[in-house]
Amino acid sequence: MSKLLLKNGIVVDPAQGLESRLDVLVENEKISALQAGLRAEDAEVWDLQGKYVTPGLIDMHVHLREPGQEEKETIKTGSKAAAAGGFTSIACMANTDPVADDVSIIKHIKEVAARNGLVHVLPIGACTLGLQGEHLTQIGEMQRFGAVAFSDDGQTIGNALVLRRVLEYAGMFGATVIAHCEDRTLVNGGSMNEGLLSTRLGLPGIPRAAETAMVARDIEMARNFGRIHLAHISARESLELIRQAKQQKAPVTCETAPHYLLLTEEAVGEYNTNAKMNPPLRTEADRQALLAALQDGTIDIIATDHAPHTLDNKRVEFNLAAFGIVGLETALPLLYTHLVKTRKIPLTRLIELMSVNPAKIFALDKGTLRPGSCADITVIDPELTKPVDKTKFYSKGRNTPFDGWPLCGWPDMTIVGGQVRYTQKAGVLVKKP
Amino acid sequence: MTSFNVAAGRLGGKVNNLSVSASSVQKGETLIDTIRNLEVMGFAAAVIRHSHGGAPQLAADNTSMAIINAGDGFNEHPTQALLDIMTMQQYKGSLAAKKIVIVGDIAHSRVARSNIWGLLKFGARVTVSAPATLIPKGLEEWGVTVEYDLDRALADADFVNVLRMQYERQSDQNFIPSKREYHRLFGINEKRLARAKANLLVLHPGPINRSVEISSAIADGKQNVILEQVVNGIAVRMAVLDLLIGSGHE
Repeated sequence: MSKLLLKNGIVVDPAQGLESRLDVLVENEKISALQAGLRAEDAEVWDLQGKYVTPGLIDMHVHLREPGQEEKETIKTGSKAAAAGGFTSIACMANTDPVADDVSIIKHIKEVAARNGLVHVLPIGACTLGLQGEHLTQIGEMQRFGAVAFSDDGQTIGNALVLRRVLEYAGMFGATVIAHCEDRTLVNGGSMNEGLLSTRLGLPGIPRAAETAMVARDIEMARNFGRIHLAHISARESLELIRQAKQQKAPVTCETAPHYLLLTEEAVGEYNTNAKMNPPLRTEADRQALLAALQDGTIDIIATDHAPHTLDNKRVEFNLAAFGIVGLETALPLLYTHLVKTRKIPLTRLIELMSVNPAKIFALDKGTLRPGSCADITVIDPELTKPVDKTKFYSKGRNTPFDGWPLCGWPDMTIVGGQVRYTQKAGVLVKKP
Repeated sequence: MTSFNVAAGRLGGKVNNLSVSASSVQKGETLIDTIRNLEVMGFAAAVIRHSHGGAPQLAADNTSMAIINAGDGFNEHPTQALLDIMTMQQYKGSLAAKKIVIVGDIAHSRVARSNIWGLLKFGARVTVSAPATLIPKGLEEWGVTVEYDLDRALADADFVNVLRMQYERQSDQNFIPSKREYHRLFGINEKRLARAKANLLVLHPGPINRSVEISSAIADGKQNVILEQVVNGIAVRMAVLDLLIGSGHE
């Protein structure tokens, strides 16, 4: 059995309140020791001088497209993209084709992922059959076979009574429901944030109330019927509602995505379809409010909403273009460069948002480097600076608005279950046959 | 599109009309592919009318042909604004501080947007008047006044640009409850114009719906410049074509 000794790095492990220079010994897929000046005769030694060693990053909002849309992404390409982006665990949304609304699909995803063995792939099951918002899925069975959460992502459950049943039923298994908060009647075919800019561009707008009205409803639903995690929050009024709800101890948590923290609706520019996402990019005031909410704890998680599409899905009229952008291979350096380096949040907070909190909220036995825990480790190189190059992505998706952005804080090494799966020098290391 | 055809013909150009229903677009061809095909067939310019905002931009980004926007979704109709402005200037000279009221479905009107872009550049005061359900967001930030009381809007106006109403769409989607109420609140008729300035001029981008957004008495009366707009439309489109692909351009 291989042993790894990670020497001289700065260990950042918020779960233990640690931020200090320590060595990490990995043995039998687990972290076996964490202290300064470790020695191990038979271990493979990595000198991580000047680098950060953190618990493996967890992305709770990824679209892997398999089964059904393998031209956009597969479990394998998405897993490679994850490893290259410093993620050791990714949770994949249920809107595949067929929908992951049944044990068979959950098992299939787990099996394909295990065969690739690159990163932990955590399936999310649908809340309702076919994401139709009508009939409950077998949440218990799906959970038994590995579903870590339940969501009709992309399709808000409009019928409050159906959502009530989902919440009560899922609650029985301690399963968390992830809600995509958008009132579809208000979205009404819109393709960008509604306001002066959409008016000037002649594009149908999506009002902020499409999100905020649903956030308000779902907070009340959570208070009455069971815990909800609110996906990809984009509007400042939503944050106000969530902040207040949390003060009142309502069982809600929430996430936002890197693009809402770094871009505004101005990125649409002259109909740039890589700035088209659901919910839409908002205004500078929203972006500032999101940053403040990261700082004060209102936002629990940053997840990418990695949404790969083919070029053909994006090189069309703006209204006809698919929603979403890829995120796995850009999230860490984007956030390191624009949040940590600029001192908006410390690195410990970023690791809470990207590892500790996802593990806590979704009851995953992860998110720390405490001896005995699973050896999922991300090594970050704060000095390495290079531009984003979408042609080098492992993901099949090239749909990013960040191409060419010079960034630092790239992943240096990704270790999954004690196995080195990515290094900056060698790239993704596919499992040996 | 007739106007573009006539304009090109007067300049000695050759025109091919490609309608989507009869073309490869219906068979799934993308806009970019259509445009590239036209380019290699040797066309100098493509005049595009399209149901989605930004389509001409997408076309222009992917060809070296000249692309002329003849209306994209509810985004823009630039030559219409140019001819509207030319007509206004012809009658009243400089538009600085002149007041123009645009009435009708502003939210879904490319004519309204192009007029706003153009008129604000000339220093005119722009007011829009329509049911609140048909006013797009952010207009005040753009420097446009929104007035739901059409009589008040018209009181000191120099021009009123009357947009064509498509009732089927507007009532199907619940934008207005009835034609009757729309008429009463936003129709242009003699009674209403009698309360405005005597030299108020009425524009309409055509085709007009008589007795719908405009009464026949006004459509045939002395205060409207609708046919002058048609004449100017040819001139403006000739000018645009000549500037972009005329012989002097080579």
